[in-house]
Amino acid sequence: MTLPDATVGHLLRIAGGAEVPGWRYELREEIGRGGMGVVYRAHDRELQRDVALKVLRAGADAGDLARRLHREARVLASLEHPGMVPVHDVGVLADGLGFYVMKLVRGRRLDQWAAGAPAMSERLRAFERICETVAFAHAHGVVHRDLKPGNVMLGAFGEVLVMDWGVAKVLSDAGVASAATAVDGETAAGTVLGTPGYMAPEQAAGDSRAIDARTDVYALGGLLHFLLAGSPPTAGPLPRGTPRPLAAIVQRCLAVARTERYASATDLAADVRAFQARDPVSAYPETPLRKARRIVSRYRVPIALVLTYMLIRVALIFWTRG
Amino acid sequence: MEKDTDIGGRERRFPATRHSMVEGARSPDPEQRRLAFERVVQAYWKPVYVYLRLRWGASAEDAKDLTQGFFARALEKRFFDPYDPARARFRTFLRTCLDGYAANEQAAERRLKRGGGVAVLSFDFATAERDLPALSLSTGEDADAVFHREWVRAVCAEAVENLRRRCRESGRERALAVFERCDLSDLADADRPSYAALAAEFGIPLTEVTNLLASARRLFRATMLETLRVRTASDEEFADEVLWLRGRSSA
Repeated sequence: MTLPDATVGHLLRIAGGAEVPGWRYELREEIGRGGMGVVYRAHDRELQRDVALKVLRAGADAGDLARRLHREARVLASLEHPGMVPVHDVGVLADGLGFYVMKLVRGRRLDQWAAGAPAMSERLRAFERICETVAFAHAHGVVHRDLKPGNVMLGAFGEVLVMDWGVAKVLSDAGVASAATAVDGETAAGTVLGTPGYMAPEQAAGDSRAIDARTDVYALGGLLHFLLAGSPPTAGPLPRGTPRPLAAIVQRCLAVARTERYASATDLAADVRAFQARDPVSAYPETPLRKARRIVSRYRVPIALVLTYMLIRVALIFWTRG
Repeated sequence: MEKDTDIGGRERRFPATRHSMVEGARSPDPEQRRLAFERVVQAYWKPVYVYLRLRWGASAEDAKDLTQGFFARALEKRFFDPYDPARARFRTFLRTCLDGYAANEQAAERRLKRGGGVAVLSFDFATAERDLPALSLSTGEDADAVFHREWVRAVCAEAVENLRRRCRESGRERALAVFERCDLSDLADADRPSYAALAAEFGIPLTEVTNLLASARRLFRATMLETLRVRTASDEEFADEVLWLRGRSSA
């Protein structure tokens, strides 16, 4: 028996649950896949809109993964911020797989966006927005732990969203929502979660007790490196011609010792903002000469006007005397 | 939320006790290996044949020989022993083996029929050949897509056969008949008969149509899971295939 394409498609919809009367969501195509789950575009029949539905990838360690998926939903729900994806629903499928439903973000991943070579100022603005979202999470006691270009989306309206909080760590001593703190024992000591190239040394070493906001600062440094060089720090140095203050910011983020990094994503964002405004950058101590150069660079128009005015005056004096 | 929402049907978790044909095909016990291998052959011969015809441009006769030869060589040389479920799906692994085999055969221009342990298996090449125009290569479809599309078709076909058998064994012929009329007809979704039309056709109340259809579809979801379980080597691969198929539900 050979089933025609139309019949196979129909049977798959039945098998996938899309034909089950009463279920609110109709699964459409797969739009993403990670270590923990598979994300589908789905249609919410009740509200008549498309959503993103993340289903846990089951396996031998499904118990741990299920806890993580649930926790991710709770973490997201507890953090309301324009840079976070809102969660609409959470539940368990009939075969025991956990799922949650979130806003469908229409846009591009950071790496796809950066491939279009946006201007330096645009890249730095996007980076600042990432820092702000991460700083917000830190303020609520949540460390992302897997910041990388694939986990940042730029929406169609210019919004910058930090995605995939599945391996986030909820710090017990911060005032985070109680639902999230209840699942803090998420990773056994020594379990390494994250992405090589963006992972801080303490994270790569599996030292879960050493994880704090500075672990994300390291990954943010990796992201900034990616935005400047098009590759993670492990792939090579920053390109020649990278402004020294920016290189110093990246270097400070990527310090092996946590104490030498920025203490927070807020401090990091402030330094990037200062660079853009041609103000002093804390990661880049200035000699008097560098300071003079920066001031000249920042005030070059008024300085040029004053110098022109003075030259004209001097010229006039000589001319009237002559 | 309605609980009966998923591929597994009501309250059904992944069946964990079915014997995997993939594991069996790698068994050290020759008899167990031979039996499991025959199941692998039955499950995969058609995707292999269609793939060879469409992607390798083999003539019908060459494709028959290559299909026979591939499975004979796989059994003889134990192609599937190195398979590691943690690294790839079995069907991807098998397709890679097939590409290697076809490339070697093409290079050597050998088209010898090989009997081996699978010569006794009857392949319905005539049916496969008859269906070929309908399965023709879509524009832009890559090599992987052809093989995997035929794999999906074979999984669905096997699940339907299992459903038919189970319905007959359990006296649910009417549910099967409604399912076949509604869900197995070669119709676009918009043209499928309405529940009212089915009620009139079968001379039963509308509520009975919905009940019969729900029951048959639930059973179909279960048979799909069982079919996948048998075709995979680990819980991880099994779950991966279930999720992959979900993602194709609108394809």
